[in-house]
Amino acid sequence: MANLEVNIGNLQLKNPVLTASGTFGYGEEFKDFISLDRLGGFIVKGTTLNPREGNDYPRMAETPAGMLNAVGLQNKGVDYFITHIYPRIKDIDTQIMVNVSGASIADYVAVCEKLKVCDKINAIEVNISCPNVKQGGMAFGTTCAGAAEVTAAVRQAWDRTLIVKLSPNVTSITDIAKAVEAEGADSVSLINTLLGMAIDVERRRPMLSTITGGLSGPAVRPIAVRMVWQVCKAVNIPVIGLGGIMNGRDALEFIMAGATAIQVGTANFIDPAVTVKIIDEINGYLDRNNFKSLSEIRGII
Amino acid sequence: MQPIDTIDRDIMKKYCLDFTVVNNEAIHELYSLLTLTPSDSSTSLPDILPGQFVQVRVDNAETFLRRPISVNDVDRDNHTLSLLVRNAGEGSRWIMNRRQGDTVNLMLPLGNGFGNIAESDNRPLLVGGGVGIAPMLYLGKCMSLQHRVRPAFLVGARSASDVLQLQSLQQWGDVFVTTEDGTMGEKGLVTASSVWNEEWTTVYCCGPAPMMKAIAQICKKKSLPCKVSLENMMACGLGACLCCVEKTVRGNVCVCTEGPVFDTADLTW
Ligand SMILES: Cc1cc2nc3c(=O)[nH]c(=O)nc-3n(C[C@H](O)[C@H](O)[C@H](O)COP(=O)(O)OP(=O)(O)OC[C@H]3O[C@@H](n4cnc5c(N)ncnc54)[C@H](O)[C@@H]3O)c2cc1C
Ligand SMILES: Cc1cc2nc3c(=O)[nH]c(=O)nc-3n(C[C@H](O)[C@H](O)[C@H](O)COP(=O)(O)O)c2cc1C
Ligand code: FES
Repeated sequence: MANLEVNIGNLQLKNPVLTASGTFGYGEEFKDFISLDRLGGFIVKGTTLNPREGNDYPRMAETPAGMLNAVGLQNKGVDYFITHIYPRIKDIDTQIMVNVSGASIADYVAVCEKLKVCDKINAIEVNISCPNVKQGGMAFGTTCAGAAEVTAAVRQAWDRTLIVKLSPNVTSITDIAKAVEAEGADSVSLINTLLGMAIDVERRRPMLSTITGGLSGPAVRPIAVRMVWQVCKAVNIPVIGLGGIMNGRDALEFIMAGATAIQVGTANFIDPAVTVKIIDEINGYLDRNNFKSLSEIRGII
Repeated sequence: MQPIDTIDRDIMKKYCLDFTVVNNEAIHELYSLLTLTPSDSSTSLPDILPGQFVQVRVDNAETFLRRPISVNDVDRDNHTLSLLVRNAGEGSRWIMNRRQGDTVNLMLPLGNGFGNIAESDNRPLLVGGGVGIAPMLYLGKCMSLQHRVRPAFLVGARSASDVLQLQSLQQWGDVFVTTEDGTMGEKGLVTASSVWNEEWTTVYCCGPAPMMKAIAQICKKKSLPCKVSLENMMACGLGACLCCVEKTVRGNVCVCTEGPVFDTADLTW
């Protein structure tokens, strides 16, 4: 049994396998299939200041080796999370992180302020791929200035571990990563979904109510691995890699590209127990090759 | 067998299990009826309520996500469940092509099901259009065996040869048929059937959306409770992804957990 423990800033994880926001609900949805305390951690659904109904149906379309989604951050708001959901999940022996979203800087800060009462939440993941209402809907995460501004404001409000989740829909993801590192992020996670689109040719209509949506699943993995590799070379903070991980082999790709931890997203829909299989497969790989810890293979490419 | 009414679905455990195909019968050029049993003979068949569904893992290169399919029947004595599958595309075709002895991975039981049947619901009408008959067989069987209520089925099809599982349905209730070409039963759509002139206590319905909407309208006019089983597109089937939502009077809710069965009074149709 190799040592699978990793650290993200001050945050200790028993293993590098986390679940991606929006694909694992609040963890509870998967408790019949896996023992949640085996995970390195899980990241709950995107949480906003006020409740959101999300986008109209249809919100999902299957695409080659992946899917498009346009859920639109449906959630009951941070207050509901704190009073109704957090008490049910807080005692699970794993790191529970909240994915924070907002349409303005003030929203992000307000969500972080409220989350402070949750003493078992040791980390937040800030989703900067949301539209910035003030800047005409352009995502904060698509400009260095926008990404830096959110990170700086949240850093002021949150002194526990701060992970910033990067959007791949940019020209240079390394510049964005450097900008958020400079404002005090403890870690970056990437990638969020890639903007995509699909058309139902028979019905001559877009597949999604929003026309465009976010692509996830193995279709995006080579792009994600490339971006993780580039960002790992550009920053000194730990990087969390995700995008299309379906098994232990895929997870190891990200670790060899330099990732400290990984997240499993869409794969949870196909196999609800995939996360624990990935932990076992990573461990099996290390044992088979006589590696004592992940650090021996991390960033070797 | 534990009476279905005494099962609390909120504490029903979900499973992800391999099943073995015991039988696969092509009952029509477009439909197959698969009978499956847990591959591990020491694993018992999980409890399943009428109206619940399974998520079938499709193991091919053309598709990616699981496919939701209603439970058509459960045979406790033989530890089997059956699925009635319509050829709608790559995923359903893969399922239909499984042969005796093949393994299929299922996640189950999912969704709310049709709920408890009230004592007063002594003249239920179960309406199925096309493959929408799938959940009605098991519902009718449970009504008949556990509630000693003989339900009526109203089946809509294009033509006599498209009327599915007629004998199985007749085992549990009276079957009324409408066909578009008049080759069996009354000619026309289910909405035009003369059964609507009779008294019913609740209408249970599954089929194409326009049919369910039309039946919801009929029930509304007659002040009849109406329950419909929706077939929204799903990814997880577990309430985790929020892809399958339907608009209700309470806002967007997940069809995979709060449905697939809804009281039409809760929908915004
Ligand atoms: C709760 C529930 C119960 C169902 N029960 C049954 C059943 O008992 N028997 C049965 O044959 N079918 C059932 N369906 C529908 C079945 O899931 C779809 O026909 C199937 O997923 C289509 O997949 P495909 O790969 O064959 O077709 P695709 O190539 O994916 O799609 C073919 C067509 O089917 C539509 N479709 C795709 N996915 C779905 C979906 N999840 N729901 C509805 N339409 C879809 C697409 O829009 C397209 O027009 C049920 C669906 C739900 C949500
Ligand atoms: C249905 C769905 C909902 C998602 N919701 C969120 C979200 O609320 N916040 C977020 O930061 N990312 C969200 N994501 C993106 C995932 O967390 C992840 O970044 C992306 O899916 C790529 O990983 P994967 O290929 O392993 O799924 C969502 C993805 C999916 C498929
Ligand atoms: S299919 Fe994922 S929430 Fe219903």
